[in-house]
Amino acid sequence: MVDQSLTVQELTSPVGTPLERETVDVTRTTFARRWLGGVHPGYLGFLAALVAYPWLLVPIDARYPLSLATGILLVSIFTMSLDLMLGYAGLASFGHAAFLGIGGYTAAILSVRFGISNLAVTMAVAVVLASLGALVLGLLALRTSGVYFLMLTLAFAQIISAAVSKWGPVTGGTNGLPGVQSPDLFVPGWTVGDGVPFYYLTLTAAALSFFLLFRIIHSPFGRTLIGIHQNERRMRAMGYDVRLYKLIAFWIGGMFAALAGVLYAYFNHFISPDATGFAQSGTAVIMVLLGGEGTLIGPVFGTVAYMLIQNSLSSFTPHWQLILGILFVVFVMFVRGGLAGIWTRVRTRLQPRGAA
Amino acid sequence: MSPDFIIVQGLNGIAYGLLIFLLAAGLSLIFGMLHVVNLAHGSFFMIGAYVGYSVGRALNFWAALVVAPIGVGLCGVLIEIALLKHMYRRPLLDQVILTFGLAFMAAELVRMIWGANELVLRPPDILSGVTLVLGSTYPIYRLFVITIGVAVALGLWTIERRTRLGSVIRAGVADREMVSALGVNIGAVFTGVFAFGAALAAFGGVVAGPVLSLYPGMDGEVLIIGLTVVVVGGLGTLTGAFWGGLLIGTAVTFLTVLVPQVALVLTFAVMAAILLVRPNGLFGLKLA
Repeated sequence: MVDQSLTVQELTSPVGTPLERETVDVTRTTFARRWLGGVHPGYLGFLAALVAYPWLLVPIDARYPLSLATGILLVSIFTMSLDLMLGYAGLASFGHAAFLGIGGYTAAILSVRFGISNLAVTMAVAVVLASLGALVLGLLALRTSGVYFLMLTLAFAQIISAAVSKWGPVTGGTNGLPGVQSPDLFVPGWTVGDGVPFYYLTLTAAALSFFLLFRIIHSPFGRTLIGIHQNERRMRAMGYDVRLYKLIAFWIGGMFAALAGVLYAYFNHFISPDATGFAQSGTAVIMVLLGGEGTLIGPVFGTVAYMLIQNSLSSFTPHWQLILGILFVVFVMFVRGGLAGIWTRVRTRLQPRGAA
Repeated sequence: MSPDFIIVQGLNGIAYGLLIFLLAAGLSLIFGMLHVVNLAHGSFFMIGAYVGYSVGRALNFWAALVVAPIGVGLCGVLIEIALLKHMYRRPLLDQVILTFGLAFMAAELVRMIWGANELVLRPPDILSGVTLVLGSTYPIYRLFVITIGVAVALGLWTIERRTRLGSVIRAGVADREMVSALGVNIGAVFTGVFAFGAALAAFGGVVAGPVLSLYPGMDGEVLIIGLTVVVVGGLGTLTGAFWGGLLIGTAVTFLTVLVPQVALVLTFAVMAAILLVRPNGLFGLKLA
């Protein structure tokens, strides 16, 4: 209390003092906090780098790095949504690609079969369908936990995959559905073309997703989820409707994954049953674990690392899957807590003894 | 639906169900004892089928039935001792990623060695051709599959219920700490169960060779069906794997013939319905 009154005195005094600068800093952080809701300023630097990225590529006219970056951002939305479920709510889903597929096929079918490529319309439909899927699966799968939950989510993804493989006239069957048009941004005619425009669309979506998920995780709802993850019985004893919280987390995760799926179909102009497959769900789990689950930003770096490794491997050997498999095994044997865990360990080791 | 149709498809369903049982039995035991979801189990089945194909061409089918399971079983011993042993105290997902990585490796190895084309393992001459079953013509080889499946099931049942090893395994599924406290070398039992499960899957792969065609990607397909069977039957029980296999095998076969469009969807719906009524599967024990 005394300190605070002092600060007010310093502020009102006409002569600037070192203390005043500190006070200004404080107001600046509350300002930032109000707008960014506690997002670390470092993330803004990261975002700025991503915004500048296409300009850095201008001199070399590199299409490949740009499309790689777009792909990484897009998959990051998917892995962040999985992290909400896996890392925060403790829901070990092995069928998250089901929602990616729901979103992707929504966009593809609307575009190819109905000629609708309006982003707002597509996203609305995708969200509704993903919500339905998440509710049906959630009500069933959340009756179980652990291995049974894992297998039920896996089976659900297989159902979606089997359904789109067999429903040829609409989904194109096992060959997939090519010819997805670039999306219109809200108004017909405002088409988001390939390359730089689509990169910025994806970046906007990824940044918004990160921000929204960050806010969700740091809200009382998110804290409750973490509590359930840590000690479910206790949270139930405290009167929380645990299954409802899990269902909502599952639903939110499904919606974000579907949005990633919508972008996925527009980005590739194509969708196939592989998008909803077993391997897709598995690699998403690996990306989350690689980056460090329950950190939100970790899975983004996990996605970056995974996709860079995969791309460089596949460019110099046709047998990249073999090496990737070996890397999974090595990773799980020797690396704990993912990249985020390594970072934390390095930081604590670098810190001088006694420092907080 | 003519009686002929029901007899032929019914036998097909039983044969398919028993093939899946050979996979699911190991999957179920490995989960029950080791508490590991082995996503590489379909790979053991696939490698068994491919090794069986090569041995079958070099020597004969009967040699393949012996060599492939022993080879894959030895791989199982190596994997358990070198990798899986370090995973038992780790979270569920770590184990899943390990076996997922192994499945990735196996899929690529098979593509490297045998190529991406579909292969067919020929049944031995004595088992090729057809015979009459209740007035319907039916391939002899599929009857052989049914015989083998039932024989293996009876053999496993006898071991599980009538021998000391079986009682150790049943006790291990119920409470592994207690079993090791009673002086059983539980580590060796774990290695044995994993290797045996792998060998059984490979055996199933060889037997399946002349029925299902061999292609990279068959591992994922049989794994998913195997997991469904295990979930329906109940994790950790051989009885569950047996009846679950028959139920799902018959359901898949009939649905694929009658409503090919939605067969898989309906199969999974059956699984979901069973889990709604019995969350631990038909014969499941209450597992934590």
